[in-house]
Amino acid sequence: MVRDVAFGQYFPGKSLVHRLDPRAKILMFIAYIVIIFCTFNYAALAITSAFTALFLILSEISPKFYFKSLKVIIFIVLFTSLLNLFYGSGDPIWQWWVFKITYNGIHRAVFVTVRIISLILASSCLTFTTSPTELTDAIERLMRPLKLIRFPVHEVAMMMSLALRFVPTLLEETDKIMQAQKARGADMESGNLFKRVKALIPVLIPLFVSAFRRAYDVATAMECRCYRGGAGRTRMKQIHMTRRDVISFIVLALVIGGVILCNIFVNWSI
Amino acid sequence: MSCVLELKNISFVYGKGTPFEKRAVDNVSFKINKGEFIGVMGHTGSGKSTLMQMLNGLIRPSEGQVLLDGKDIWAEPKKIRSVRFKVGMVFQYPEYQLFEETVYKDIAFGPQNKGLEGDELDKAVREAADFTGLKPALLEKSPFDLSGGEKRRAAIAGVIAMDPEILVLDEPTAGLDPMGREVLLSQITRYHSERRNTVLLVSHTMEDIARVADRIIVMNKGKLAMLEPTAEVFRRGDELARYGLKVPQITKIMSELRKKGIDVPEGVLTVDDAFRALLPLLKKGGKLW
Repeated sequence: MVRDVAFGQYFPGKSLVHRLDPRAKILMFIAYIVIIFCTFNYAALAITSAFTALFLILSEISPKFYFKSLKVIIFIVLFTSLLNLFYGSGDPIWQWWVFKITYNGIHRAVFVTVRIISLILASSCLTFTTSPTELTDAIERLMRPLKLIRFPVHEVAMMMSLALRFVPTLLEETDKIMQAQKARGADMESGNLFKRVKALIPVLIPLFVSAFRRAYDVATAMECRCYRGGAGRTRMKQIHMTRRDVISFIVLALVIGGVILCNIFVNWSI
Repeated sequence: MSCVLELKNISFVYGKGTPFEKRAVDNVSFKINKGEFIGVMGHTGSGKSTLMQMLNGLIRPSEGQVLLDGKDIWAEPKKIRSVRFKVGMVFQYPEYQLFEETVYKDIAFGPQNKGLEGDELDKAVREAADFTGLKPALLEKSPFDLSGGEKRRAAIAGVIAMDPEILVLDEPTAGLDPMGREVLLSQITRYHSERRNTVLLVSHTMEDIARVADRIIVMNKGKLAMLEPTAEVFRRGDELARYGLKVPQITKIMSELRKKGIDVPEGVLTVDDAFRALLPLLKKGGKLW
């Protein structure tokens, strides 16, 4: 089933992380990405990992789903860590043909693995706890300054939320069309790559046709309700920064401070 | 009569092992004879669509067997595709599956997958188009230029062209105007009587089913609630009401008349039959007016 992906899904809930302001979450997420790539020793890495763990626990979402989201990238992790493992500098502790393992290589492999995993966990945490509407709302608010350079912020946000809203619909539609073509004897499970790509045509064409039809329908429905872009539009759900957002910013600031201090003062260089 | 399709203790569970687990079809068994016209009824979510998709192996039953001509269709999972040519399935709103450049090519998709070529293919396509009342001139048009009703008929022709032993139609008349419904239904009946194939028709319109079906399957909450001859099913109006279904209006009127003591036959299913039953009474100068 195509629908069997945990990555990017939203799980409604009432945990502390769920209730954070989506803008705060996005800003923290961006800062967090920067900081995990600025960890230069194990102490700093431990601090960011602890921070990740804290958020995962506070999100009150079953670890099962986090594991599921990691499953998608397991090959990328393996590939990059192996690459790093074999291309470290320094004295080799083991060597065979062009492959050599150095302490430096081992450290680099550990770092890249932890960084990628943290990255995926953090982004999963963001999408698991924030509904698509909240996300696009927040992005719209955060990008508001871009209006000064005539960037169509509202339109872009609207397109994003429409696109997100139609993902499940289109998946369902794909499923239906595939069933219908299979019922007419379409063979989508065997043959070489070329044959399989060709077998997708009977699915893709009806899918595109119906996507266009839906787009027209949505546009008409929006116009019927007098939609005319973002000017003067108010929202039903106002987002507010509250004390918990401030507290989480402070925690993040402490983490950033800690990482910087570790980078300067701890001398387990790699 | 020989049995063409048999279901043995079929169950289907969605999302097994997750919190969303749902038993869509629960221990259903029945036999269908060759050449029968079967109506399938059931309220929304009664499991009839899931059941239909198991008949041609689009989904695999969680438990139980589907026997086609006495053979388990899942005996060789790799050959499941061959079952789909024997059990033709027309989904709801089938017009959304059209994709080819011309109607002709689209109808030919199924039979081509089956392996037909040349004259045989041409004959299959033209016959199917004829059964569904598509004029030959339409065959060279793009399917996207057709009207809604024509698209529907082209899509149904695409399945009929595979010449399946069993034709399953899931609400073929949904969304059509009364005239279009009438025409499509009579085309399906003609197909059934000329080809002598087995037809299963899923419908919410009791009048349609009453008119064409020999026997009726009633599904309720995933279970088989009834499988009886048409007249018998509609005689049990109270039971049907419990399953969220209704008898045809005319049947209801006639049974009310009977209750009032007017001598009309039981189990009248169509307006024509009712007309024929009432006419003599009027001629006798009865007090119906």
